[in-house]
Amino acid sequence: MENTPDTSTYMIAGFAVSFITMGIYIVSLYIRSLNLKRDIETLESMQDEKPKSQK
Amino acid sequence: MQSKPIALKILDVVSIIVLAISTYLALFFAPTELVMGQVQRVFYFHIGTAWVGMLGFIIAAVSGVAYLITKDMRWDRFEVAAVEVSTVFFFLTIVLGSIWARPAWNTWWTWDPRLTTAAVTELIYIAYFMLRQGIDDPEKRARFGAVYTLLGGVSAPITFMVIRLFRTIHPVIVGAANANQEKMSMNGDMKIAFFFALFAFTVIFVDLIWHRIRLGSLEDKVEQLKLKVSM
Repeated sequence: MENTPDTSTYMIAGFAVSFITMGIYIVSLYIRSLNLKRDIETLESMQDEKPKSQK
Repeated sequence: MQSKPIALKILDVVSIIVLAISTYLALFFAPTELVMGQVQRVFYFHIGTAWVGMLGFIIAAVSGVAYLITKDMRWDRFEVAAVEVSTVFFFLTIVLGSIWARPAWNTWWTWDPRLTTAAVTELIYIAYFMLRQGIDDPEKRARFGAVYTLLGGVSAPITFMVIRLFRTIHPVIVGAANANQEKMSMNGDMKIAFFFALFAFTVIFVDLIWHRIRLGSLEDKVEQLKLKVSM
């Protein structure tokens, strides 16, 4: 009977790539969300200041 | 921005749990495949990510149609979310397939019909974001995006069907193989790991889409505020 080849390295690489890719995507969602919230705060404050400067 | 809904918080926790269970089933519960050895275990994630990848591309096409009919921007946000999450998962499918192919076929990549159509599908959806980046008007961007996903959506069933239509070295998992093809057979424990991976990735997919839709709402709000401030 033929021996089963040792392909553990490829298996580890596969699962590592899966978790790293999903992790990077989740972090990217989080960072983009933080940046957008910061942008909203800045733009809202600019909008509030606008009528004052127009007076 | 509204705080995170309780249902989404629950879905986050459920996603982590099902991913952990699916990993356990793939790594420890499913038996080692005798011909390929341990690398066959990545097959469970390969199929799970391929399933949600193709599902998302189809959902994006349906959302595109819904947008064109209703002109409701919520469909556009849903479409973008489906495409983005699916592009990430489909990238994983291709990479995992390549990792599996190295010991199984003795090459990282070959221009087999399935691999070629999968690569073309991924490139079509990367180009979708380039198209959207190039259009400033939100309505025009949504309209072009909707038509693009509708046309791009054709690539998903083609990729699925190609191994049944052409001679290919890619094994058939779902459905019957023809005389020239290899059919991957699974025993009971392998089937449990396989179907649970499909379920787990579906849950994770829904969770990520929900998060991406919320991000899309923030993007729209920033765009509207920029318009107001500039006027």
